[in-house]
Amino acid sequence: MLGGAATAAVMLFKSSYGKMIHAGIPESVLQSADPTKTIGPPPGETGTRSAFEHVVKKPSDISSRTPLQDLYGIITPSDRHYERHHAGVPAIDPHKYELLIHGMVNKPMVFTLADLKRFPSVSRICFLECSGNFRNSKETLTPQEICGLTSQSEWTGVMLSTLFRETGVQPKASWFLAEGGDAAIMTRSIPVKKAWDDAMIVYAQNGEAIRPEQGYPARLLLPGWEGNTSVKWLRRLELSDQPYMTREETSKYTYAVKDRIRQFSFEMDARSIITFPAFPQQVAKGWIEIRGIAWSGWGKIVKVEVSTDAGKTWQAARLQEPVLDKAHTGFRYLWQWNGDTTEIMSRAIDETGYTQPSLQQLVNARGTDMGGYHMNPITAWVIQRDGKVLFKPEKWK
Amino acid sequence: MQVNIKTYILYSYMLCMSCKHNSNSTVVLQDTANWPAAFGFGRPATQAEIAKLDIDVRPDGKGLPPGAGDAATGKTIYMAKCAACHGIGAEPMDVKLPGPALMNDNAGADRNKLKTIGNYWPYATTIFDYVRRTMPYNAPGTLTDNEVYSLTAYILNANNIITAQTAMNAASLPKVTMPAKKLFVPDNRHAGPEIR
Repeated sequence: MLGGAATAAVMLFKSSYGKMIHAGIPESVLQSADPTKTIGPPPGETGTRSAFEHVVKKPSDISSRTPLQDLYGIITPSDRHYERHHAGVPAIDPHKYELLIHGMVNKPMVFTLADLKRFPSVSRICFLECSGNFRNSKETLTPQEICGLTSQSEWTGVMLSTLFRETGVQPKASWFLAEGGDAAIMTRSIPVKKAWDDAMIVYAQNGEAIRPEQGYPARLLLPGWEGNTSVKWLRRLELSDQPYMTREETSKYTYAVKDRIRQFSFEMDARSIITFPAFPQQVAKGWIEIRGIAWSGWGKIVKVEVSTDAGKTWQAARLQEPVLDKAHTGFRYLWQWNGDTTEIMSRAIDETGYTQPSLQQLVNARGTDMGGYHMNPITAWVIQRDGKVLFKPEKWK
Repeated sequence: MQVNIKTYILYSYMLCMSCKHNSNSTVVLQDTANWPAAFGFGRPATQAEIAKLDIDVRPDGKGLPPGAGDAATGKTIYMAKCAACHGIGAEPMDVKLPGPALMNDNAGADRNKLKTIGNYWPYATTIFDYVRRTMPYNAPGTLTDNEVYSLTAYILNANNIITAQTAMNAASLPKVTMPAKKLFVPDNRHAGPEIR
């Protein structure tokens, strides 16, 4: 116990840049045998996480994954939100920030951050998911590794339609280019219809300014659509009568479907994952509350079904309120495990009537060359006789 | 592709003009009943500040700047500024490079094995747009327009799409037809039970 505490305290001094960023509670305090006999730290300007908790993202060279298996409820802590960027995180001075809207508008305009904040504001809880969010290479994968490129926040900002009312949009404008202010100056073409539906320019996340990794000081937010289209560090929107065919919508974020390549694949199809029990946990025989999250880019989740017999039979799980539009939704299913080896899995059903497919159904629809993007198959956990839980990889090529 | 894209545009346009929201959502995100015609926040953009940021290039060539380049010049620039990350494309490499392969001697070869500009990119204008806005990775935005034209010419030539003598400029680049263009189709998924 004490050894574990010392380790946890040391972890506080590590950051991705190797700098000391957070002193936390001193190790000497953690090692105190009896907290009722030692005075703790006084009130501070910011809170801290318990030094006993070690819940972190899993970074690679190009992204960082949310620890889905360690979260409770449906809000992802802002500093545990997944990251995907193409040339690092830019440092943008909010006092110098400007958003330019031009092209096929009646009145090209520039908005400062202060301007954006003066408009009527909207808050909304929704998920954001990278469309490349699927790994299934081996048994020893955690939920974070399988599909940790999804996170959920309460976002606050201005509806893009409010800004388009201000600039006016010419009748022939059917697409707009969204451009970021990072070193990739990343661009995507978006149908104008999404602006009238539910697109937002957001400047706040979970009660505070959005994090630099999430697009500080302002980003586009397209609820339900592949994360790449919600362009971060947004600096410019240009209205057009055609898409721009940028690198991110031609050579990337496209995928083989039979003998063709599918492009402008925006909505994230319904999906779910059991986050407990999951690798690397070990469970005991008896009552187990199977828990997980389900979500759909097409609308609300209406049902999640769980199978505890490798997909032979399915039972309805309980959905945890709130069940929101285009949002991670918690589910749970109480199960009595008899100790025999089995497979457990979940499938999401959304309000459009779509049921999360098996990998084989996806292969049937798209062919064996599919992959890379928009993979949302049912995934199974194998529970061994000793209670150890392993992911079940499935090959399709 | 062209027909499908146009159909898609028309479809989007019709939906947008009739303000029929195709969403299943019943959430009312904003009640605009008491709003003024305009709030008057923000300021008009000047032509100068638009020109400074407006660097995008469309497939029809809109946005391409004056200037020109050729494959021979582009090869020299490529070897100095690009090859360290992207390789020279001739043979499969034993080491993992920081950047993806952009071409190979077998352009048009199995794109499921190796996606290159020659066998996967549908528009040549995208090369100019992307290279100018963010390459080279360690010094983004440092190439001149002529250098970008030359690099575009070299990459297209190395993928056997244009000859070494074909200069790239605002007139010639949009005319280049990429082999993979015919493969691209707009998303045909829609709301509902069908798995696509």
